[in-house]
Amino acid sequence: MDFGQFLYMRHEIILSALALIVLIMEISSDNKSKANIIPVLVALFFINTVAGFLPVETGSLFGGMYKTTALIILMKNILNAGVLIVFIQSAGWLKSNFTGNDNIGGYFFIVISSLIGMDFMISAGNFLMFYIGLELATIPLAALVASEKLKERSAEAGVKLILSAALSSGILLYGLSLLYGTNGSLYFDNIASSFQNNSLQVLAFIFIFTGIAFKISIVPFHLWTADVYEGAPVNITSFLSVISKASAVFILIILLFTVFRGIEGIWNSVLYFTSVLTMTIGNLFAIRQKNIKRFLAFSSIAQAGFIPLGIIGGSALGFSSVVYFVLIYLFSNLGAFGVVAAITNATGKENIDEYNGLYSTNKGLSLVMMLSLFSLAGIPPVAGFFGKFFLFTSAAKQGYYLLVFIALINATVSLYYYLLVVKAMFINKNEVPIENIKNDGYTKLGLIICTIGIIAIGFAGIIFDYINSLTFGIK
Amino acid sequence: MDILTLLLIVPVLTVIAIIISRTQNQIRMSAAVGMGVQLIQTINLIFAYLAERRNGNIDDMLFVKSWMWFKSFNIQFSIGVDGISVALIALTGIVIFTGVLTSWKVDNLSKEFFISLIVLTTGVFGFFISLDLFTMFLFFELAVIPMYLLIGVWGSGPKEYAAMKLTLMLMGASALLLLGILGLYVNSSAAPGGLMTFNIIELSKLNIPIEVQRIFFPMLFIGFGVLGALFPFHTWSPDGHSSAPTAVSMLHAGVLMKMGGYGCLRVAMFLMPDAANEMGWIFIVLTSISVVYGAFGAIVQKDLKYINAYSSVSHCGLVLFAILMSDKISTNGAVLQMISHGLMTALFFALIGMIYERTHTRDIRFMGGLMKVIPFLAVGYMIAGLASLGLPGLSGFVAEMNIFVGAFQHADTFHRIATVVVCSSIVITAVYILRVVATLLLGPVKNNDFNLIKDAIWFERATVVILIIAIAGIGMAPMWLSDFISNSLNPIINKLSMIK
Repeated sequence: MDFGQFLYMRHEIILSALALIVLIMEISSDNKSKANIIPVLVALFFINTVAGFLPVETGSLFGGMYKTTALIILMKNILNAGVLIVFIQSAGWLKSNFTGNDNIGGYFFIVISSLIGMDFMISAGNFLMFYIGLELATIPLAALVASEKLKERSAEAGVKLILSAALSSGILLYGLSLLYGTNGSLYFDNIASSFQNNSLQVLAFIFIFTGIAFKISIVPFHLWTADVYEGAPVNITSFLSVISKASAVFILIILLFTVFRGIEGIWNSVLYFTSVLTMTIGNLFAIRQKNIKRFLAFSSIAQAGFIPLGIIGGSALGFSSVVYFVLIYLFSNLGAFGVVAAITNATGKENIDEYNGLYSTNKGLSLVMMLSLFSLAGIPPVAGFFGKFFLFTSAAKQGYYLLVFIALINATVSLYYYLLVVKAMFINKNEVPIENIKNDGYTKLGLIICTIGIIAIGFAGIIFDYINSLTFGIK
Repeated sequence: MDILTLLLIVPVLTVIAIIISRTQNQIRMSAAVGMGVQLIQTINLIFAYLAERRNGNIDDMLFVKSWMWFKSFNIQFSIGVDGISVALIALTGIVIFTGVLTSWKVDNLSKEFFISLIVLTTGVFGFFISLDLFTMFLFFELAVIPMYLLIGVWGSGPKEYAAMKLTLMLMGASALLLLGILGLYVNSSAAPGGLMTFNIIELSKLNIPIEVQRIFFPMLFIGFGVLGALFPFHTWSPDGHSSAPTAVSMLHAGVLMKMGGYGCLRVAMFLMPDAANEMGWIFIVLTSISVVYGAFGAIVQKDLKYINAYSSVSHCGLVLFAILMSDKISTNGAVLQMISHGLMTALFFALIGMIYERTHTRDIRFMGGLMKVIPFLAVGYMIAGLASLGLPGLSGFVAEMNIFVGAFQHADTFHRIATVVVCSSIVITAVYILRVVATLLLGPVKNNDFNLIKDAIWFERATVVILIIAIAGIGMAPMWLSDFISNSLNPIINKLSMIK
């Protein structure tokens, strides 16, 4: 292996270097200068995100353990961009919450480790690598979720996350062992080529699907979501609901299109039912929520229900639509969470009722929130419309009209509860609305990036065509 | 820059101008100037269209431009117009300009009000010039969603309920519509595995199998029909119109409901003619109910806006009814009716808004003798009423005459009976219009406070005069508008009658 091949792992190498830099800075700075870690890290991570787009050769390493293709690199870049926004958005929270002896570096170190895990997971060519990546991506998050030490809710959420993550990993491992037992190999390529479609392998698939479905919070594996999202600090919730979910969607779709290609009929029907359940239950529960974080949790469950529409039928165009949808979802959801974070960190208010009359005092925040929610609901001219439209078109192309119809009804229902929040902000009257919040530069920057993403990605047809050019030849 | 793209660019520039305006006066001046320019553009479009036709251009669609947008799905941004869309674009231009004039006094969050109003209009203009179902659908939704805020924030009465009901019903309709569009798209490749298309012109050249048409025609027709107040999906309209602020009622009843009729004609009927002929009878029954039920509904209402909203249900039902007759004369009448009703109802809602501002009530039981105190507005109301009940010399007469003559050309019993039933609405319309005119305008002044109110001021007069000129113009000289439209109806009617 020469140095050039080593660069295949460029994303992971840079991230590891960043993690080390964080540790060194953490040790070498005293309490007063600790706040300096934030701008340095944001700047370094920005460079990392830009560097991710530089052209690089693709291929496989370690005898097929690690693979990279142009598409996988794009996925990593999407995750990088998301984490960059999360970092920018959490700057204010870090400054106010992690004073004195608390370590700001710890936050960055854990998030970056988790991201390294996700990158390895997406690049895996072998189930061992996949599993290590998955664990690395999940376990550090429990520490972050529980990081507000003085709040019981936060600790409870941390325990819930680690227990459910451990359970789902257990189920997943069991599936892997069955798969190894029937194939005698853990390499994706070997399994894909020797798939015999016997019932044990189908069972293995179901277990593995379940394990990943926990991460995406697909119904009926969603029960941890609302509690954890509510208990965690908002900035961590946004990481969980966007980055963590996106990476799990990416690996799910890679596995389905490569390893489990042989049982397409089976995963089509599994996806069909879970998709209908996820959309419907996510939506119905979202309507009743009073807390904005729980509300966004159920909304993100419902959003996950739309993703199978692109996967089902297994077309390359559907694959591109899913990646595109996730990209748009990332910006929209981070936009919504960015506003919630700004409000929660400044005032501690989390109820939708308390958002009444927000527009009269905080015009900018209300507008960003409205755009993000419209994007989640799929209303033109913001990007969410295009993302959903393409998912629906790919499913219709495969002949799943009924599923598209159910999804469309669900999209209308989701519009109802998104409009409830818009109504609270713009229409409802309030004697004492949330006072005008002075946002720092970081929060503003984060929201501006999200807004630009929400508006521009939809109109730029070139982005979708670029993604589609990468998925060419998948089927 | 070509003439159609400018129709989209001017509203966008207007929105930007409003955003950077500081004072109340700057905001409404930029809105008025922007929409004034837009009105001039639409009139210019009419002349450009006529000039092109005189030069012997016999294409179905003129000023066609296409840009590839999403190559992977073969989605194009494709625009073009024919006589029908030019007429409706001109209608939109007039209604939005007068709408901005009537909103002169909106001072609560006026910046946001005008932005939402103009975003909505952009959607309408975009809808009428689209030749691609994707962009058409995009503009359709763009025209619906600002309505939520417009009614919810600036409306009156049970505004939150009305806004939510209207938005959800129209968005639910758009769900059906999208499914219909996707059905067309998926079945649009000439050979299996060929390139699929959203383009209306290309789709119209295909022969889509009848089995496919049977599934997707009802979806498309109902999807657009909900916006055109098709019974039993019309319930959003009375609530929505009565709660909306004046300009929004004008735009919604005057223009947005026409998008429903236009969509039914251009997409549902034109692209799926077999199913339209086969299943048309179901919708003929429903639209006949709309027409008669709407008219009866208007009789019993007490609120001026409700009366007009139900009358809109009746008149828009007539549009859909005429389209379903798939006869050239009646379809011609349908388009005339769209224009005529658009102007008439805009005038009605504008006048109701102005009267309400003065009397602070819309309940006709408490009003009377307005002719004595505000003669200008009262005469305007009378003219609008007479146009609505189809007095010769005003636009309503021409449209309804065409529709009924055309519809009666069908020799079979079913169509004849339906036509006769629908014709009865003329009488019912006369009943409610004359009743309102009598109680509202004539007789003694019921309330002494009314003696103090003042007649219309300059921007109100301008609104009323512009609309009345347009209504009377169509009524006096319908020939040129009719010729203008009927040539463009040929491709659609040919396609529908070829099947029979």
